[in-house]
Amino acid sequence: MTRHRGRGIASINYPIGMNLGGDPSQALVHSNPSGKFTVALSSIDLGQGMKSVTRQICAETLGVPVEDVYVDTADSDTGPHCMGSFASRGTHRVGNAVMAAAREARGVMMEAAAEELEVNAADLETDGRGNIHVKGAPHRSISTKDVAIAAQFKQGKTISGRGIFLVPLSAVDPETGEMSPATCYAHACLVAEVDVDDETGEVAMVRMDSAYELGRALNPRLVEQQLVGGAWMGISHALYETTEPVYPEPLHGPRDFVEYLMPGPGDICPHDIAVLERPAPDGPFGAKGPGEMCANPVLPAVANAIFNAVGVHIDDLPITPEKVLRAIKAQGGARPQARR
Amino acid sequence: MSKIPLQFRHNGRDVAIFVDGGTNLLVALRELIGDMTPKFGCGQGGCGTCSVLIDGELHLSCLTLAETVAGRSIETLDGMKQGLNLHPLQRAFADHFAAQCGYCTPGMLMAAKSLLDRNPSPSRDEVVEAISGNICRCTGYEPIINAILAAAGGRASA
Repeated sequence: MTRHRGRGIASINYPIGMNLGGDPSQALVHSNPSGKFTVALSSIDLGQGMKSVTRQICAETLGVPVEDVYVDTADSDTGPHCMGSFASRGTHRVGNAVMAAAREARGVMMEAAAEELEVNAADLETDGRGNIHVKGAPHRSISTKDVAIAAQFKQGKTISGRGIFLVPLSAVDPETGEMSPATCYAHACLVAEVDVDDETGEVAMVRMDSAYELGRALNPRLVEQQLVGGAWMGISHALYETTEPVYPEPLHGPRDFVEYLMPGPGDICPHDIAVLERPAPDGPFGAKGPGEMCANPVLPAVANAIFNAVGVHIDDLPITPEKVLRAIKAQGGARPQARR
Repeated sequence: MSKIPLQFRHNGRDVAIFVDGGTNLLVALRELIGDMTPKFGCGQGGCGTCSVLIDGELHLSCLTLAETVAGRSIETLDGMKQGLNLHPLQRAFADHFAAQCGYCTPGMLMAAKSLLDRNPSPSRDEVVEAISGNICRCTGYEPIINAILAAAGGRASA
């Protein structure tokens, strides 16, 4: 038995959102008399951090502390419409909608503050700590809480804002097939290193190195978490997970985690990640979305690494030990390629 | 079917319930005690998210018959926090972004607590071994392993 080391590379251009039918998301922002703000969304946070990021975007746009913003998500009965979080569009699409809504709410808040301070709203600025003051005269100040109370009980104003971000439908040209399915792309490159055992067909991950260009990372720790975890979803699709044999008869498909395999803590390998921040022109504060693209380049990179290790090209996923062994047998033995 | 009376300690508190014969501990905890912290994942011992400690030892509650814990002491994630404060492991999980969707987290924390209770300064391999019965879809395990090592380090230096 010999274990062969191989290295494979893959690159990806990933569209953030898809406007094949038009791609809108809405957000509503309003203040409570306490001076705290609520963002209402129908978009769902599955743990990927949508609530954290939209909260940051709203707070930054309003000019208030992040603690003063509450994000209420995932009730499509009461929230404004969203196309869905899907896998990558949340930060970009929903973030833009939140930004628009927060901008409108900020306008009303500044008008209400101007009325209380008896100045022009254009002369006011927020300090990011919950106060609004006259530019260059910090003592001429009012708290956002007092502005909210004045708006609600004295001025009869709602400090609120509506936001929508729509990328209109891009139809396919019937002659050329040309279209513009997305307005914003993220990019990445990933190198995977594997060991392939030519007796058992097993593939073990040795290490991964990747570079992701995803606009500005609004919450760097959440981005890192997504890239670290998502890569293993990619490995899982590349090497382990399958619902086969489900066609034509589902009776023999996997029914539990003994048959439906996923990587365990013992299967992981080091993964060095470089995040390159090039702000996107149409992203909220320059953000794109790292969601789904962190899983995708792993699959071709692993397939290429297996080719580099033993000379077999397997284009049917997942790349199970059986497929590796059959392919090695068919070509008459492992043929390690040039080390790269 | 007649009910079986059952008494045990649940996070330091004596509890008494009536269970049907064949009821597993996970169902007893969730439906009869009302402790929703052990999660139902696969129901057959393959995922680890239902993990609890029985007399300090890690067990899969979905594969444990409720009647076998009579008189014994059960610890779940619900009993992990210390008063109003998070347990150092919970703190470390939060600090290291070791949870994303959170469904595996109760089992991971119980497996980690079981490890640190018997081995306060484990090696990385020992941490991996300790959580090898638990599946996580989101994190890629790395942040979980780092959180457990950090909690152990913090405890050792405290």
